[in-house]
Amino acid sequence: MALGLTGYVVLAIILLTVAAFFMARSRAKSTAGGDIRLLHSLPNYYGYNAAMFAAVPAFGVLMIWLLAQPMIIENSVFKLIPERIVSEGSSRGLVMSDVRRVAEGLDIAVARGALTDDEAGSMRADADDVRSILGGVGVALGSDVEPEVLQAAQQYRSKSETGTFWMSTTVVTLALLGAALAIFVTNADFRARNTVERGALTLLILAASLAILTTVGIVLSMLFESINFFRLHPWTDFFFGGSWAPNFRGDSDLSILPLLWGTLYISVIALLVAVPIGLFAAIYLSEYAGPKTRSTAKPLLEILAGIPTIVYGLFALLTVGPALVSIFGRGDNGLLGVDWMSGATAVLTAGLVMGIMLIPFVSSLSDDIINAVPQSMRDGSFGLGATHSETIRQVVLPAALPGIVGAVLLAASRAIGETMIVVLGAGAIAKFSLNPLEAMTTITTRIVSQLTGDTDFASPETLVAFALGLTLFVLTLGLNVLALYIVRKYREQYE
Amino acid sequence: MNDMRILERDVDTNTIKIAARGVQVYYGDNHAIKDVDVDIQDKTVTAFIGPSGCGKSTFLRCLNRMNDTIDICRVEGDIHIDGEDIYDKRVDPVQLRAKVGMVFQKPNPFPKSIYDNVAYGPRIHGLAKNKAELDEIVENALRRAAIWNEVKDRLNAPGTGLSGGQQQRLCIARAVATEPEVLLMDEPCSALDPIATAQVEELIDELRQNYSVVIVTHSMQQAARVSQKTAFFHLGNLVEYGETGNIFTNPEDPRTESYITGRIG
Ligand SMILES: Nc1ncnc2c1ncn2[C@@H]1O[C@H](COP(=O)(O)OP(=O)(O)OP(=O)(O)O)[C@@H](O)[C@H]1O
Ligand SMILES: [Mg+2]
Repeated sequence: MALGLTGYVVLAIILLTVAAFFMARSRAKSTAGGDIRLLHSLPNYYGYNAAMFAAVPAFGVLMIWLLAQPMIIENSVFKLIPERIVSEGSSRGLVMSDVRRVAEGLDIAVARGALTDDEAGSMRADADDVRSILGGVGVALGSDVEPEVLQAAQQYRSKSETGTFWMSTTVVTLALLGAALAIFVTNADFRARNTVERGALTLLILAASLAILTTVGIVLSMLFESINFFRLHPWTDFFFGGSWAPNFRGDSDLSILPLLWGTLYISVIALLVAVPIGLFAAIYLSEYAGPKTRSTAKPLLEILAGIPTIVYGLFALLTVGPALVSIFGRGDNGLLGVDWMSGATAVLTAGLVMGIMLIPFVSSLSDDIINAVPQSMRDGSFGLGATHSETIRQVVLPAALPGIVGAVLLAASRAIGETMIVVLGAGAIAKFSLNPLEAMTTITTRIVSQLTGDTDFASPETLVAFALGLTLFVLTLGLNVLALYIVRKYREQYE
Repeated sequence: MNDMRILERDVDTNTIKIAARGVQVYYGDNHAIKDVDVDIQDKTVTAFIGPSGCGKSTFLRCLNRMNDTIDICRVEGDIHIDGEDIYDKRVDPVQLRAKVGMVFQKPNPFPKSIYDNVAYGPRIHGLAKNKAELDEIVENALRRAAIWNEVKDRLNAPGTGLSGGQQQRLCIARAVATEPEVLLMDEPCSALDPIATAQVEELIDELRQNYSVVIVTHSMQQAARVSQKTAFFHLGNLVEYGETGNIFTNPEDPRTESYITGRIG
């Protein structure tokens, strides 16, 4: 496929950038009379500097232009469309997508030679059969084209064309100017190294702020939707109500408490499984295992961390759940001869599997923390005639305790936010119950179920998902902050 | 060297507490101790001197098998304490270390309270019948290590919060509290001011009544002041070993002489 005009522009900027690099470099060398020791910076820095000046402003403007142009053009073209079509065709967005589609169709028709450029600009919907011409070049339209839509499409085309022309001119000029300026200032005393350094710094800051801004954006969007939810639904019911009974005909009970209970119950079971096993594994690996065992066992344990959580979910549903049922359920046919558990999905199922998922997490964090306890501390204890396990219990673990607590909190926040295992393993019944063999549900599973299927984004039953998500976010954020604070405080202790 | 007070002390007994024969220590391929023979007497202070990296700490750590905790470390030869081969398979290194206490080169208090630091050994070995007895042991140990007055009001404060010199004395108190028969001290005064140093030296002299003390030091004056026997190590070899007075006044080996007079090390 041939490059569009924009493609050529990008190519031109790249060529200019490369050219600027070499020209600035050789100019720098020649101003120093060939002796690079007279230069303030190494010759390559002058090149980088010129390349930066050529490429950065040009690409920046190009990007902004590409984003802004369609919006501006759509706004101006939309004025051509009469009210009549919008009300028939349901919404502005739909009509505009028709316009774009016709405009694209015309472009293709011109490119294929089915129409000349002039014909495409002067066609009349009542005179020419636009639908069949476009159909002929492979652009199928749902209905005949309204004259206003065709006109709007033609406007759209011509404006985009002018826009793109100006964009190309501006951007290439900018690149030329930038390169020329950078080459012009290049001489032996110019501090190219420092400008390049600032450029690198700006790039890094940009990346960092982008990451932070996205987080802020996510939180804000959740916040706005949550506010919408609280306009439609009393917040007292959400935070203090007693039951969760969404009802898509309206008038639902949407309280977070039963879900929170399920979430915390499952997380506690998961931690009861993961913390002792993970911690003991970490103690074995860091204190007792020889280098050989360690170098094989540690990666093996960490493979567990790489298993996708949906696989754990399947494991819960197909293996652990039925196994638990055969122990605690099935009446006289079961192992215990009791009938306490009716289905495979239960708090215990999800908790156990989630615990297994968290083992490598806890063990690898604890292992790092235990290894950070200085050897001199162990020596001190051995030197007083303590055994290995006394040393671990009385010196190593107390010293590592704050870090281990931090690791456990991080694991807890993962457990609370975990979704796939509970979707498959925990069930869908929101209730307060102490029985771990019953199905229960969590915040994350309810978010999934409120947002899947046919949803109306204006009803409290759907919007509650955002309020739930925000609460979850605040909860895990709080845990993470606490955990990081503790871990960091502990790190400083030996430094 | 003129200000050095060399006292002619008589060695109380001639019983041999530790006998080492043909000791070799390797860290991987690094031959750190080369064929060392030495007899350390009971109720005597023995000083190990020598330039940095010559293997003083390494040899000291052989005497209570602390080198067992270093994976790459290999010890050959015989070391007998009270006639018993400590590298014998039947010897429990844990038991041995209760008998042969150690103060390390770098202070390493546990991240516990000052009290718990000192009470650690007595608790593990069940030396106290009740809390009052334990209190007494702790106080005694802290007094002997010349730190009691500084910490008596904050026994529950963390040991890691003390100054470097205080930490070092805390570690001495910790080692003394277990009542070892042999006390190995690796540069116990390297972080102490002259007053505390004098107090620790007093302690060492007092310990000599009942125990055998081995002390590593970089201070010739200290070696001369506190020890009756001195061993000079150089590049992993035991160059010279004898009465402290003899070593400092007329050393036999030229290397010893140049070290003492400050020409090597
Ligand atoms: N843990 C270890 N691993 C590997 N090599 C070691 C280790 N400890 C000591 N060594 C090596 O053994 C040799 C003797 O070290 P040692 O610590 O016994 O010296 P030292 O006489 O105590 O010195 P200093 O007066 O500086 O404390 C050195 O060459 C050192 O590099
Ligand atoms: Mg040393």
